[in-house]
Amino acid sequence: MTGAGIVTAYGLGWSVNAAGFRSGRTTFRPVTLFDVSRQRSKLAAQVDLPDTLPATRLPARQAARLDRASRTLLLAADEAWRQAGWEATENLPLVLGTTSGGMLLGEDYFKRAVGFPASHRGQPTRALHYQPQTQGRILAEAFGFQGPMWIIANACASGGNALGQAWEFIRGGRSTRALAGGYDALTQLVFAGFDALQSISPTGCRPFDAHRDGLSVGEGAAVVALETLDSALGRGADILGELIGYSSTIDHHHLTQPHPDGDAGLTAMSRACDSARINPADVDYVNAHGTGTPLNDQSEAAAINRWAGSRAATLPVSSTKAGIGHLLGGAGAVEAVVCLMALREQWLPPEISLETPDPICRFPLVRQPTDARLRVALSNSLGFGGANATLIFRQFP
Amino acid sequence: MSRVFISGMGAVSPAGWGVPALRRALAAASPLPVQPIERPGWTRPFLARPVPEASPRPAFLAHPRFRRASSLTHYVAAAALEALGPAPANPVPERRVGLIVCLQSGCVQYSYRFFKEVLENPSMASPLLFPETVFAAPASHVSVLLGEVPLVHTLVGDPGVFLQAVALAADWLIAGRVDRALVVGGGEEANWLRADAIWHFDHGCVSSAGAGCLGLSLDPADSLGVKLETVTDPQTYLSTWSRGQAALAMRQQLPAGSAEDLLCDGLQGVRRLDAPEAAAWQAWPGSRLSPKRVLGEGLIAASAWQCVAACDAVARGSFPAATASLVGCNQQAIGARFLRAAAPAGQ
Repeated sequence: MTGAGIVTAYGLGWSVNAAGFRSGRTTFRPVTLFDVSRQRSKLAAQVDLPDTLPATRLPARQAARLDRASRTLLLAADEAWRQAGWEATENLPLVLGTTSGGMLLGEDYFKRAVGFPASHRGQPTRALHYQPQTQGRILAEAFGFQGPMWIIANACASGGNALGQAWEFIRGGRSTRALAGGYDALTQLVFAGFDALQSISPTGCRPFDAHRDGLSVGEGAAVVALETLDSALGRGADILGELIGYSSTIDHHHLTQPHPDGDAGLTAMSRACDSARINPADVDYVNAHGTGTPLNDQSEAAAINRWAGSRAATLPVSSTKAGIGHLLGGAGAVEAVVCLMALREQWLPPEISLETPDPICRFPLVRQPTDARLRVALSNSLGFGGANATLIFRQFP
Repeated sequence: MSRVFISGMGAVSPAGWGVPALRRALAAASPLPVQPIERPGWTRPFLARPVPEASPRPAFLAHPRFRRASSLTHYVAAAALEALGPAPANPVPERRVGLIVCLQSGCVQYSYRFFKEVLENPSMASPLLFPETVFAAPASHVSVLLGEVPLVHTLVGDPGVFLQAVALAADWLIAGRVDRALVVGGGEEANWLRADAIWHFDHGCVSSAGAGCLGLSLDPADSLGVKLETVTDPQTYLSTWSRGQAALAMRQQLPAGSAEDLLCDGLQGVRRLDAPEAAAWQAWPGSRLSPKRVLGEGLIAASAWQCVAACDAVARGSFPAATASLVGCNQQAIGARFLRAAAPAGQ
């Protein structure tokens, strides 16, 4: 991994996010993007986007008109692209994960179609730009690359699966490089959806707390530049870390509830370790999916307990959703970059809002900013509908 | 990819539920009747070709997971199960099935209903609707019906994504990650909102719905007598690489074809949208079949119907080879060629 870009409610870019994740501070505040006055919960981890975007190959007029999801994605991709030092090229696969694409535009489309049925102004553009493949094309135009584009929509595991699929493409010899990431912007439909399910915490999520009462929705994006070791070494790139293992599984238990024993999560972690040729004793930190909902955290804790076995007693675990909320399609990619940060800078991201660890957790939860010697980190994404992904990262060299 | 065989096909379309219904409609070569869809605030309705009611009712709908599932999920499930085929008398134990569901617009019916409720009064918005709006919901429901399913992806894109998924499924098989793979393309039930979006791209489009599925296997014993010869590179559109250029590049990656071959193209009789694809294939020497002219614009479902029609024609011995051309609306042009392969004894 030779480039990484990140946008979360902590801010834009590696350094500000590293400081945020290292401190574990929370970012939840009242939503201002849409009306939440009649919602049960009113908090989310909303991103402050800059008024202007970095200079790319996009015409200024086009850049100025981009929707929120595209802007977020572009900011993350720009950082990754510059860090990697890549140049315009052909045949660069792009693999993105999202749950909503440009849903804000879809919402606008609907409101206008209902409210102003005789007016078509802007509707074709909304219909086009709400689709995630348009956002992918914008990245290709912005950085001057061409190649196959893959949009994975495996719910909250989308970002993790996107990085994993890009890794598979490179391992399988389809390409020596790939740009991969995940993104989602806050939308009224999704916020109201989780609120209707009574899944949103009214006070801010506290993953793995015995008294947890739900998730917090966030927004953001992360994009990484992946390439073979030979490619990276050959051009003298600064290698941020290695992606060494990946697995994807499906949990059949229920559309919105994971199996309480964490069977599919256990399988995902075990298979990812197999693909990395390591075992739980080799893992130094687990970045859990940890949404803060009673059912997710119980299932994931059970899975980690079973997977780690005796290693669980000393294996540090935390969920960075405690600080930035659940980024849905962006979560797996953002949490991958958090793992890279932890490996590169040798610290553990804490959950400072955790008060009473759930006794189901047989592993230590990271509660305070902590320096640590880390070599290998594992990241879980356990999604809605049972879509799961586990990624494993290693410090380089 | 000459080791990859087509092991099954499934289709739900305005022609009915099942590949035989699709085959009959395409053989008749006459556009299916259209129905009006009333659009709020307009006096003129949209025209659409909906999927008829299934008769008899598919048995899988009795599964608890399908109690509130969308029509899109029903279509995807029916096509996948048809392609998987009836359970064999001596089932192979622990046969791992990979599933890829391809969508462009997702569960629009439920998104529309849920968002309408949110705008009216969010505290009364149904928590039962929201989960079904998620892109991954159909794949999640269908995977429950398939047994041992180690790999499931939902891919989103324009209609070309169906063949991207076929290529990915072939990778899964060749890498030994699954023993069979199902690739399903689905298009949501035609409602006014979806028809409205399609109308903005061309007023002549007739919206349709359904799903199509190809089953893939490396085992010749599973073959319907068809093998996947090749899938071209996806030719992604850019401001400097037009839909026409991409269609031509796709065409050039495929064999020239012969007078005995079949081309299943995506032409639908809408001149402006058809032009790039028509130009790319103007010198095609063989027969042609244009399923959208009969069935309508089903987006990814329509691209799946094209591929199913191509494979069905080869499987039935009508043609030794068939090419599917998918020139998507806003992402890519991609094509594939299917060849006759010896069918196992008994088929």
